[in-house]
Amino acid sequence: MSRLVVEGLTIRLPPGADRENAIEDVSLSVAAGEILCVVGESGSGKSVTASAVMGLLAPGLSIAAGSMALSGEDLRAQSPEAWRAVRGRRIAMVFQEPMTALNPLMSVGAQISEMWRVHMNLDAREAERRALAALREVNLPDPEGALRAFPHELSGGQRQRVMIAMALALEPEVLVCDEPTTALDVTTQAQVLALIKDLQRRHGTAVMFITHDFGVVAEIADRVAVMRLGRVVEEGTAREVLTRPRHDYTQALLAAVPGLHAPTARVLSPDVVLQVRGLTKTYVSRGLFRRRKPVRALDDVSVKLKRGATLAVVGESGSGKSTLARCVVGLLGSDGGQIVIGGAPLPKRRRDAARLVQMVFQDPYASLNPRRRAGAQVAQGPIAAGTPAAKAIQETRDLFALVGLDPESVGRYPHEFSGGQRQRIGIARALAMKPEVLVADEPVSALDVSVQAQVLALLRDLQARLGLSILFITHDLRVAAQLCDEVAVMRNGVVEETGPIGAVFADPQSAYTRSLIDAIPGRALFGV
Amino acid sequence: MRAAKAYLRSPAALMGTAILFAVLVMGLGANFLYPADPLGLAGRPLQWPGADPRFPLGTDPSGRDIAAQLFHGARISLLIGVVATSIAVVIGIAIGALAGFYGGIVDTLLMRVTEAFQTLPNFLLLLVLVAVFGSTMETVTVAIGLVSWPPVARLTRAEFLTLRTRDFVQACRVQGLGDAHLILREVLPNALPPVIVYASVVMAVAILLESALAFLQLSDPNVPSWGNLIGLGRSVLRTEWYVSAIPGVAILLTILGVSLVGQGLNDALNPRLASGR
Repeated sequence: MSRLVVEGLTIRLPPGADRENAIEDVSLSVAAGEILCVVGESGSGKSVTASAVMGLLAPGLSIAAGSMALSGEDLRAQSPEAWRAVRGRRIAMVFQEPMTALNPLMSVGAQISEMWRVHMNLDAREAERRALAALREVNLPDPEGALRAFPHELSGGQRQRVMIAMALALEPEVLVCDEPTTALDVTTQAQVLALIKDLQRRHGTAVMFITHDFGVVAEIADRVAVMRLGRVVEEGTAREVLTRPRHDYTQALLAAVPGLHAPTARVLSPDVVLQVRGLTKTYVSRGLFRRRKPVRALDDVSVKLKRGATLAVVGESGSGKSTLARCVVGLLGSDGGQIVIGGAPLPKRRRDAARLVQMVFQDPYASLNPRRRAGAQVAQGPIAAGTPAAKAIQETRDLFALVGLDPESVGRYPHEFSGGQRQRIGIARALAMKPEVLVADEPVSALDVSVQAQVLALLRDLQARLGLSILFITHDLRVAAQLCDEVAVMRNGVVEETGPIGAVFADPQSAYTRSLIDAIPGRALFGV
Repeated sequence: MRAAKAYLRSPAALMGTAILFAVLVMGLGANFLYPADPLGLAGRPLQWPGADPRFPLGTDPSGRDIAAQLFHGARISLLIGVVATSIAVVIGIAIGALAGFYGGIVDTLLMRVTEAFQTLPNFLLLLVLVAVFGSTMETVTVAIGLVSWPPVARLTRAEFLTLRTRDFVQACRVQGLGDAHLILREVLPNALPPVIVYASVVMAVAILLESALAFLQLSDPNVPSWGNLIGLGRSVLRTEWYVSAIPGVAILLTILGVSLVGQGLNDALNPRLASGR
């Protein structure tokens, strides 16, 4: 029978929002021992649905119609006190970012024990015994040590395991997971997904799993509900929805999921435009009382980018790929080695380096100044480099047209653009300097999958038209496969493997590369 | 635009603006209502308010019209408040911006100087400055500005520290733009809102500091400021308390007005913080 039933739920947004209702007429149900994936892009209302089920609606949002029931018991009628007894005990939640969801000043053991002490009035020793058992169950490597550890002493994946242990502590009837693996590396994501699935099967928990990633859906879902603009557009078993989607939107979303098919190899120019030789960068943290071990972010890194080609630098967090990008554009100094662009070492002066190498940033919301007009931010680089203002502004309008934006929108402020449009502005800004090398640091990882596909297509198109040489930093092998000619796989500051992307993906030489490929969610469905 | 609308919706902000506007009108209207020298003798000393219809607020121990001094004093108080605040904000932003943007040795040096100023009680420092440089209107105003900038510098520095590492600032570095552009065009506009809000606190304190100086009869005795009037009433505080009380209430209301405006600005410029309360 259904543990959680949501029927005709409509939640109103505060007046002045971009639409009237956050979600409209949403009906969902999750049975015991079932995983329901709620999939949608940003703004689809999937997270609002989750917070409504938890009784944690943001201020300003209100339930206008519909009902929610937990094992037959009406949730809408609950008083705040009754909600507190339900939350944690009968419905538990795992959040996206485990670092912010855990209290940084409490040891992990104390936080987990709190669940039993608050909800069941167990004494401290019994609670701690159960906390230890819970940590064992989520396969933490050193459960006794983890009990005494503070959240910052654990890795991202370990923290998320702690969150899961906490959520399942009281054997809740329903577990709500809001993008629990989005902040994790791909190999860790695979482990955490397997853990959730395994625990859910053992405890018979009903799981509502919010995600934007169809790969994750393919790994874990029993049933799928696809949401768009606050409505459920399609619902069915995972097999049905993933293999025979009926709704246009679902079909478009699935089509936008990049596969791991490397494109047919292009003939590359023998001319090397960017050469990194033996680059070393060490981070030393100086403390008054203790000196941490220096971190080798880059350890003798050598890569080559051929003119007109794209080199993907792939790796998990902490692999040094972003440090490499920042060194190449001159934002970070290196401790050793050489960066050669177009035959000469990267100039020290900012203005000289700007003509050679430009960067596209990851977060389109943080990379534009909110208080300046979009066009001005693109034109300022050429103007500072000596282009007359009128010419620079005309070039900006042309660039806006080139990246698929309305040339008239140069006078608008960043908040008037969507995330994908902002990333186009970021690309226009980089192209305005007519650089030899474009460094793109995770340019699509903050974007929805359909927007991601558009921006990748734009980069491909620009490369064909302008002969761009791109150093493409990404954690996502599928994205790399879409665009790149060659790949360098990095791990802990060391280049593990380089080569043409087709060859590396088809026959990885390093065990690490193979484990990355194996961990890609939804491989079975979307192909390798 | 959005900030302006939010400001006009806040009752506190509107009340504060109304009070400040009234004080401004008092100051501007002083010459028309009381064209004679407010420091000139007008009648018998120490008349209670209402005792003589010519002096609705009475006279002080020297026989000067309190109402006239109150109106002319509004001008002085606002002037001192605005000029001293401007001085403090300009110095504070300059030092805070340089320290926060460059960090390292520049930051260390500038912040030690700031801390040196902060560790001295600022009223004591003000007394020393006035004692050394004399107590004309100009020196008093400049001295108040000079003792009020350290908190502005610290606030600006904190904003710069977080903003300078933002992607949009990095993007401008990659574009080859100079430090002056980064500081003035990119970081400063984003760092200003909390500083503007804090400026209202500086202004309220500046008005109070001037009054405190005047109460000790260390401010410029040749201008009809509210503080001077309170100082004059000190000797007759037990019997003719109204001499000090009337300008006291005027100062209270003005500072209330400034604080309300500051709160309104805060709510308008930091909407996320405001809704959390």
